[in-house]
Amino acid sequence: MTDKNNIRSQLKSFLIEVGDISYFTKRFFTEVFKRPFEMKEFLRQCYNMGNRSLLLVGITGFIIGLVLTLQTRPTLMEFGAVSWMPSMVSISIVREVGPIITALVCAGRIGSGIGAELGSMRVTEQIDAMEVSGTNPFKYLVVTRVLAITLMLPLLVLFGDAIALMGSYLVENVKGNVSFMLYFNKVFDALEFGDIIPATIKSFFFGLAIGIVGCFKGFNCSKGTEGVGKAANTAVVLSSLLLFIIDFIAVFVTDIFYDL
Amino acid sequence: MTTSNQISAKEIVLEIKDLRKSFGDNHVLNGFNMQLFQGESLVIMGKSGSGKSVMIKCLVGLMEADSGYIRVMDNDITTLDQNALDILRADIGFLFQGSALYDSMTVRENLEFPLRRHTKKFGDHVDTDALVKEALENVGLLGAIDLMPAELSGGMKRRIALARTLILRPKIILYDEPTSGLDPITAKEIILLMQDIQKKYGTSSLIITHDVDCARVISDRMILLIDGIDYAEGTFQELSSSSDPKIKAFFKH
Repeated sequence: MTDKNNIRSQLKSFLIEVGDISYFTKRFFTEVFKRPFEMKEFLRQCYNMGNRSLLLVGITGFIIGLVLTLQTRPTLMEFGAVSWMPSMVSISIVREVGPIITALVCAGRIGSGIGAELGSMRVTEQIDAMEVSGTNPFKYLVVTRVLAITLMLPLLVLFGDAIALMGSYLVENVKGNVSFMLYFNKVFDALEFGDIIPATIKSFFFGLAIGIVGCFKGFNCSKGTEGVGKAANTAVVLSSLLLFIIDFIAVFVTDIFYDL
Repeated sequence: MTTSNQISAKEIVLEIKDLRKSFGDNHVLNGFNMQLFQGESLVIMGKSGSGKSVMIKCLVGLMEADSGYIRVMDNDITTLDQNALDILRADIGFLFQGSALYDSMTVRENLEFPLRRHTKKFGDHVDTDALVKEALENVGLLGAIDLMPAELSGGMKRRIALARTLILRPKIILYDEPTSGLDPITAKEIILLMQDIQKKYGTSSLIITHDVDCARVISDRMILLIDGIDYAEGTFQELSSSSDPKIKAFFKH
């Protein structure tokens, strides 16, 4: 009986949270087109989220490119298909590995940062102070951050993809003496717009999910320092889970288009 | 110090009637009433968790009351739309308990922030820099203009927050525990500053506190918030000499 009540209450809070996040998302889309446009804050956030994530995304991408090539190479050699390496690595990085790894890295760095920052502002009454001064804190804090990460993530994904391919080329050059021109000619021969466009579109949705979840958790943070930690933590967990769900839907939809 | 009779002849700038607010089964405000007069310093005292902060947040629309009437300078707060409420908020200053300075902004940017929305109040040509400097001079911290909040002490933060409250030249200032967390000397400085500001700008002050020393120095009149209602009202002398045990409990040291 207690177990049943537990499940019921957990289901209830889950549904309430889904409802609250949906309302929060609706509010974002309503406010984003309204004046005033907080351009200065938006550009500041773009710089913080984009420029300051370059190193982390670059290092992660480079290692992914290296590892993917090193691990795949022996198998391809076994089948005498090592010349297919640039095509295989580029398609897997551009279609799947690049977007999802970059998004996960950003969920950790940016999503938790947004959750902690807004949570701390809520707890220390800074958000209330904004409201009392006549500024719409949702517009100033939430809209700017969600928009910035939504626009910056696809760019970070493209950057991460490029660095990952450089990592892959390095392995091919060292192990197989493949030249830069040859490697990247094969990469661009293999890649089509059908690989890049869906991955870029899906990256926009990844960014939107990270921004919405981080802002939702921070903006609605409960009182106390424990609440701030919880906001940052759940922002990462929930947005990571959402990334995989969005990824699944995106692959499913893309597959339908490929079949047409 | 002004007496209750002298004050009642003045204009009412803020009025609350039968304010009720509950959080689930916790009934915080059970029909609270009060009036604030022009130029007056009204202190509301109550124990921690008695609903003082809830009441003050209902006053500026940060929290929605369950029922009741809140009138601020002839505007019924409960019926105003967001835009009208924002415009009215330019006339209501709010000093938060923890100062609530924006961590990511310098002192100058903190003071400029409220001006973004309310420049019309100062005519067509607003000299933001002059307004910021004047507000900082009022609290004696002009030298801190380019510092970050993290570089300030607790007392300095409170004074900068007061300067930020003053920059819009409000007609009413709401103080939420203005001396809490400060040492006695700094607390006294803040109280004196509040008095100076009231004299200089003729503002009306509503002070939420449980600091008896603060109440004694600054109050023209006091209301004791007990069990969610305005349990007792009078001057500091009247209330501190009361024989009611619930009232006496506040003035014991």
